[in-house]
Amino acid sequence: MSFTREVGRTTRVMLASVAAFPSVFRSRDSRRDFGVQLYKTGIGTLPVVTVVSLFTGMILALQVGLELRRFNQEIYLGAAVMITLIREMAPFSCGMCLAACVGSAIAAELGTMAVNDEIAALEIMSIPPIRFLAAPRLLALVVMAPVLAFFCCVVGTLGGGVVGATQLGVNFEQYMASAMSIADVKDLATGLAKAVVFGLVIGTVSVAQGLGTSLGATGVGRATQRSVIISFLLILMLGYMITRVCYQ
Amino acid sequence: MSLVVFENVKKQFSGRKVLDGLSFEIEKGEILALVGPSGTGKSVTLKHIVRLLEPDEGRVLVDGVDVSACSRRELEAIRSRVGYLFQSGALLAWMTVEENVALPLRECTGLSEDEIDRRVAAALDAVELADAADKYPAEISGGMQKRAGLARAIVRESDVILYDEPTSGLDPVTSITIHRLIKKLNRELGITSVVVTHDLQGALGFTDRLLLVKDGRAVECSAPAEFAASTNPVVREFLAAMKGEL
Repeated sequence: MSFTREVGRTTRVMLASVAAFPSVFRSRDSRRDFGVQLYKTGIGTLPVVTVVSLFTGMILALQVGLELRRFNQEIYLGAAVMITLIREMAPFSCGMCLAACVGSAIAAELGTMAVNDEIAALEIMSIPPIRFLAAPRLLALVVMAPVLAFFCCVVGTLGGGVVGATQLGVNFEQYMASAMSIADVKDLATGLAKAVVFGLVIGTVSVAQGLGTSLGATGVGRATQRSVIISFLLILMLGYMITRVCYQ
Repeated sequence: MSLVVFENVKKQFSGRKVLDGLSFEIEKGEILALVGPSGTGKSVTLKHIVRLLEPDEGRVLVDGVDVSACSRRELEAIRSRVGYLFQSGALLAWMTVEENVALPLRECTGLSEDEIDRRVAAALDAVELADAADKYPAEISGGMQKRAGLARAIVRESDVILYDEPTSGLDPVTSITIHRLIKKLNRELGITSVVVTHDLQGALGFTDRLLLVKDGRAVECSAPAEFAASTNPVVREFLAAMKGEL
């Protein structure tokens, strides 16, 4: 019963936030907040996303390259790394980074506002928290997630190329040519669509957990923890479902 | 007709009764203090007036409108007339004092920026906070944060202001300043004020009536002099306890 209620509340938060997207550009304070959220989501997570995607590409290249070498097929290393990154790993690692860095921060920020009566103050002023707080954060995640996923893909592919060239004896130009030959529009579109869905899910879960916070500091901690766990689980499940729909 | 009417309001949380048939009325233009021991439902009472909470039973009427049964539009109309000062001030941390005060005007009215600036300046002047307009909440004291919250509550020219522990955590001098402000707003602008407070001495000095709430019920509602002289044993016990604390 409680689970059903929670799902219902989270769905309502998502629908109301998405419906409020146009209003983000109507008020001066919302526009400014949206700009801040874009910066926090995009530029703020760039260092973490860069390191995560670089090592993801490097690990992929090493693992796949070693196996390919057994069959003298190292020339396909670029294709293998690219296809894995563009379809799965780039949106996945980008989603994990966003859930850990941005989603947790949103849940903690809104949770603290809730226990400090700032959310109630907005309601009394007839300023809907969903429009004023949730929509700019959710929209920033939806906009920046595919951008970061694309960035992940580029950095990961380059990282894989460096490992291929330095440890597996694969020529970098050959690696890149192989990588570019396999990437097609459908893969790119699927990967970016996954990132958009992950951004929406992370934003929705974090906002719903944050706004529903009670019981002071303990409640804020719990909301933050739950937002990360639920986001991780949904990223995995939805990632599988989208892959199945698009590739099976 | 009374401005706010509580009719046999009952409210419980997780099986614990907080309001148990609370009934009282607030007259237009008066300052009413809600006093009583901690945990007796004073803040909960305040939240019912603007439907931050809804009663399990009974009704809360604001200007004749049943708050818990009214439409969203009616609720917004009621809320637009009511200012609420939370214990913490509830200012948004990423906005300056001036931006916090201007927020309800920018978001909910079609006023020009010049008019908004004029009203914000007047509200900040009224709470003697003009010098801190460009500061962020973290850069000012707790008392100043409460005054900034008060400026935000009056900037929409509300005719009712609800104060939730306006002097908690403040030193006596700042508390007196806040009491003076409440009185000034009431006298000069005719603002009806409902003040939840533990500061009984202060409340006896600046309010028109005191309502003692105990176990979720109204025990006594009278003018300060009558309240202090009440023979009601619950009031006597409360007064004695408060004197003991002092």
